[in-house]
Amino acid sequence: MTAREEVLGRIRSALGDRPAAPPIPRECLRGGVHSPGSPELALQLVDRLEDYRATVVRVGAADDGDIGRAVGDALASREIGQAVTPRGTPREWTGWLADVVVDEGQLSARDLDAIPAVVTGAVVAIAETGTIVLDGGPLCGRRAITLVPDTHVCVVRARDIVQTVPEALARLDPQRPLTFVSGPSATSDIELDRVEGVHGPRTLVVVVVG
Amino acid sequence: MSTFLGIPRARVAGPAADVAVGQLSGDRPFPAAAHEALADSRLRRNLAHATSTIRAKRAAVVEEVPDWEALRDAGSAIKADVMARLPELLEELEANVQSRGGVVHWARDAAEANAIVTRLVRATGAKEVVKVKSMATQEIGLNEALEAAGIQAHETDLAELIVQLGHDKPSHILVPAIHRGRAEIRDIFARQMPGVDPALTDEPRVLAAAARKYLREVFLRAEVAVSGANFAVADTGTLTVVESEGNGRMCLTLPRTLITVMGIEKVVPTWADLEVFLQLLPRSSTGERMNPYTSTWTGVHTVDGSADGVPDGPQEFHLVLLDNGRTRALADELGRTALHCIRCSACLNVCPVYERTGGHAYGSVYPGPIGAVLTPLLTGLTGGHDPNDSLPYASSLCGACYDVCPVKINLPDLLVQLRAQHTEAHTESHRLPSAEATAMKAAAWTMADAGRFAKAGRAATLARHVIRRGRPVLPLPPPLNGWTASRDAPTPPAETFRDWWTRTRGTR
Ligand code: SF4
Repeated sequence: MTAREEVLGRIRSALGDRPAAPPIPRECLRGGVHSPGSPELALQLVDRLEDYRATVVRVGAADDGDIGRAVGDALASREIGQAVTPRGTPREWTGWLADVVVDEGQLSARDLDAIPAVVTGAVVAIAETGTIVLDGGPLCGRRAITLVPDTHVCVVRARDIVQTVPEALARLDPQRPLTFVSGPSATSDIELDRVEGVHGPRTLVVVVVG
Repeated sequence: MSTFLGIPRARVAGPAADVAVGQLSGDRPFPAAAHEALADSRLRRNLAHATSTIRAKRAAVVEEVPDWEALRDAGSAIKADVMARLPELLEELEANVQSRGGVVHWARDAAEANAIVTRLVRATGAKEVVKVKSMATQEIGLNEALEAAGIQAHETDLAELIVQLGHDKPSHILVPAIHRGRAEIRDIFARQMPGVDPALTDEPRVLAAAARKYLREVFLRAEVAVSGANFAVADTGTLTVVESEGNGRMCLTLPRTLITVMGIEKVVPTWADLEVFLQLLPRSSTGERMNPYTSTWTGVHTVDGSADGVPDGPQEFHLVLLDNGRTRALADELGRTALHCIRCSACLNVCPVYERTGGHAYGSVYPGPIGAVLTPLLTGLTGGHDPNDSLPYASSLCGACYDVCPVKINLPDLLVQLRAQHTEAHTESHRLPSAEATAMKAAAWTMADAGRFAKAGRAATLARHVIRRGRPVLPLPPPLNGWTASRDAPTPPAETFRDWWTRTRGTR
């Protein structure tokens, strides 16, 4: 008998009493009280991101030039002039940077390790938890580019901000390689005190647009 | 509803996990190990500080969630549903992982899982692997198995790294180095971390930076990663790892090959079910609204989704589904609820016993209240004095663990049932004289139910009025006088421990 047959057989024998699958109570709140894109959600997202030591920059109107200026300022203040960005971000977003590398999949992990920053968009943000979600698509890029550089600048549009975790999951495609990011890399492993900055980007800048 | 009138169907337990492979048992019973731990004042200081910090954080973020109880109910029901439909769900998961380019392996026990992983690593030609913190691989002793095959396993979670460099054992599900304070961690790094700056201070920020620097090079060259999984979604084939530091992302992104070892109980039916657990888990474990990073993957990914597109993450993915005693636990109606555990560690952090003894006293990689039930459920009870036989007694049954458990596992009930089973196994193996056997049976019956246990305790406090200085006020009838003729009966206290707990602390 193969291990597969044997393990499945053991499970069926262990369930010899045929336990009934219980009904699942779904009284938990799935939707939020605020609709996606509302100003309350942008405020809540900012509050939660800052609580977890992300830096937040607000840009009023959804103008790519203004976004680019905000991205440029955020990186200049950290003395960073070079960034990698995925193919699908508007070129204006990185227009103020001296050196922009557009990722076509050509960069190795070591190449990325030599680049100080990455500029991407996000597909969804969750206000209640201060989370941005990357899906590996044209706006977010493949996983490695948002992981290896030490500073991540992420542009979030107000219309993509939802209030709750269930709302976010409903918008996401599980067939994509998803990464949920809530603040910069952190650890609580030393005396259970939270310290920001381990292996992922130690600086997270979120540009909230609209 | 139809009534089933046939022969009642029997449950057959799968084989127990072998305590000789992996880390499911210590070398001595809990009381002996606990005794030593209690004498270590530094350990107790470290634990008291860490657990009180995390308890406060958890309480604050749980307070924020208006539908917390509804979420717990949903989490509990989803897990019960999973157990009831486990064979179908695993087959569905397998089919979906395979259709997305993953390979699924099944392991009856720890030895088989270790052999599968070793064979897969060998096939890549790699001499080292990077590891994401995983309880399943700790349980089966994978690092030792790989080492024996000449393959070096690098733990990349900060706490696991502290444990590995310190040649130590994990003592907590979430923070395996919780027993270490910052000064000890500094010393371990200074002594054991290759290339570390000797001027290292004991500031957590500095220590984290040292780990970053050391492991960065390891991540950049790694070709194979080994992970566990927090959840696997049957209807999509999606795997999930929940973490904080980004070491998980590194392992799930940079190496070409990814091998995930997962207990068969970790499957959830649908993508939408994840919404419940992604709310319950971070708040219960690290006391955060959301942990810094959660990664999900479904088979192997390329940027444009085509088979020959630019790779996004590992291009070879293996999923190893592990039994190792789980089908033994599954056959017990109450015991199977222990398989609902999402390894958040909230029950450890509130446990007055864990807080004082720490995790090493439990011997198994699963300490605290969940360890005290899960370990003996996986390995079985002998009824004798084997280390795991003592675990169901490593609790005051105060109930704090049940109150915080995000999937509402009734840990106190499980503990009393296991005590009863231990007593029964003991009777079986010792063939006691009948009066004592009867008394043991009565004790087992009483202990098998939390309500009966509480009542018996209160009844005993009343008995204090008929016992004076160890002698019954009135002579006891035979055969009980046989007991007190040569022994003192202790005067029962005015109040049971449980009543005292509820009055002084339990209501807080
Ligand atoms: S038993 Fe419950 S509280 Fe304890 S680790 Fe498991 S899920 Fe968390």
